[in-house]
Amino acid sequence: MLKLQVASRAGVGASAEGCASSGCGGSSAGLSHLPEHIRAKVHNHPCYSEEAHHHYARMHVAVAPACNIQCHYCNRKYNCANESRPGVVSELLTPAQAVKQVLAVAATIPQMAVLGIAGPGDPLANPERTLATFQALAEQAPDIKLCVSTNGLALPDLVEDLCALNIDHVTLTINCVDPDVGAHIYPWIFWKNRRIKGRKAAEILIERQQQGLEMLVARGVLVKVNSVLIPGVNDEHLKEVSRLVKAKGAFLHNVMPLIAEPEHGTFYGLMGQRGPTHEELQQLQDACAGDMAMMRHCRQCRADAVGMLGEDRGAEFSLDKIETLEIDYPQAMARRRQVHAAIEAQRAAAAQPPAKGEILISPTAIKRVRRETRPVLMAVATSGGGLINQHFGQAREFLVYEASAQEVRFIGVRKVGAYCSGPEDCGELDWVLEDTLRALSGCEVVLCSRIGFEPWGQLEAAGITPNGEHAQEPIEQAVASLYQEWVAAGRVAMPSPELARRRA
Amino acid sequence: MAFQIVEGCVNCWACLPLCPSQAILAVKPHFLIDTWRCNECEGQYADPQCASICPVEGVILDALGIPSNPPGSLTGIPPERRAATRAEIGAR
Repeated sequence: MLKLQVASRAGVGASAEGCASSGCGGSSAGLSHLPEHIRAKVHNHPCYSEEAHHHYARMHVAVAPACNIQCHYCNRKYNCANESRPGVVSELLTPAQAVKQVLAVAATIPQMAVLGIAGPGDPLANPERTLATFQALAEQAPDIKLCVSTNGLALPDLVEDLCALNIDHVTLTINCVDPDVGAHIYPWIFWKNRRIKGRKAAEILIERQQQGLEMLVARGVLVKVNSVLIPGVNDEHLKEVSRLVKAKGAFLHNVMPLIAEPEHGTFYGLMGQRGPTHEELQQLQDACAGDMAMMRHCRQCRADAVGMLGEDRGAEFSLDKIETLEIDYPQAMARRRQVHAAIEAQRAAAAQPPAKGEILISPTAIKRVRRETRPVLMAVATSGGGLINQHFGQAREFLVYEASAQEVRFIGVRKVGAYCSGPEDCGELDWVLEDTLRALSGCEVVLCSRIGFEPWGQLEAAGITPNGEHAQEPIEQAVASLYQEWVAAGRVAMPSPELARRRA
Repeated sequence: MAFQIVEGCVNCWACLPLCPSQAILAVKPHFLIDTWRCNECEGQYADPQCASICPVEGVILDALGIPSNPPGSLTGIPPERRAATRAEIGAR
């Protein structure tokens, strides 16, 4: 009898710690090989565990304006309230303001488990501000996990300070390990009181990144490596990056697509460098996955984002709004404990039978199934909790899963209308179906809680089957059972439309 | 002899802690250089520090009013390319 396993449940079996997730248990992010103490560390970290990101929220505080390098995908002049991508913020905070904002968010959004400092410059190029913020939070809000992102140039000098403050998650952006590649990504760095340009700059940066990585790993700090996939510049090279950082002890690799539009005023945007297609990104992630656990749920958020991944409630906590707020943190902490316990109970329950991680297909289906079923990409609209619970029209992003005869695996996020395309649509962010159809390319199904009549027809016309029959069900189980339905109906026994086209 | 910061500065703070003369003023709408304090890092550094870390082209001028980082020198974007794109976006 063919067993169709839900990947996220497969690796965990009946383990008592209740860690049954794509992020920590399953093969989709491949964290199951990690030792228990590391899995415990990422268990409620939305940026490190795919499963956790359905339940827990994060926030970034924009305390670090300065940067010590220039990347060709970044423009320090850009600041648009509607723009959602790294390096963009609305207002710069002092450490004291940041602490106040964190306490306000933690009290209002008890699912907020993680506080990161990610910019808008490089956090470690602003060591006083970054460390002062961490120091105060470690004292006042000990239940919040602290983490930091960096380009790595200043990292070796600050490893001891980070360890002293118990920062045990560091995200290091490594786009290359070869200075000849780096020379096409970094025009300059500021190093030892001089601006260094060209290959030499990349050489120093790479050396410092590798040194920082080794130092962190030696001290037991979890390191996630972020890489920006730049077609024609570092695409092939990232496979080598993945191998090397894994060998040095990084535990997760996050390959993100380049975001480049002329409107952003970046080198790549203005010079016509394109970003990767969904397919190119997925292919590279799959190619790297043989060597390394891959992160595929990154939303490339702003350096001041607040809320669940993919959501930004930053505007609710602007300086003028939190100024007069009085927060009773001990009371908030008690409430947070309750909420987190409820989330854990829900996660533990989801890991239990009846599904038991296996969905059985009748033996009669097997003969045809074995050789001829093809994998199907299904897009899901969710607002959290690991459930199919969002109206199609409200979805600003879709999670994409690949169902096959072997497993259901999470393969990525597709965003809709998150980037500015010029001043004319600034402030509106009009959501267009056309944009969504483009985002869903390659998917054959959209699972959502409900969907309007008009988009239904347009989706079908585009070859995507809308499905509202699995509302409120756990995502991976619904995907598996729909795939099973399609198998039984003979819908996946044929080559995909795309494949058929290619053969024709 | 002194440098100056002009319009276009994005107040990123990078220069301020580097200045050996504490001549950078964190004011609005953009940072300024105290001309009485600034000595162009003379005798202290081979390169003026503010001009060596500033990420924005054309916003730091030397004593002669010449941009330390002229257009294109930091980003590698040819100025005519930037102008053409701006015109293109404006025409939409």
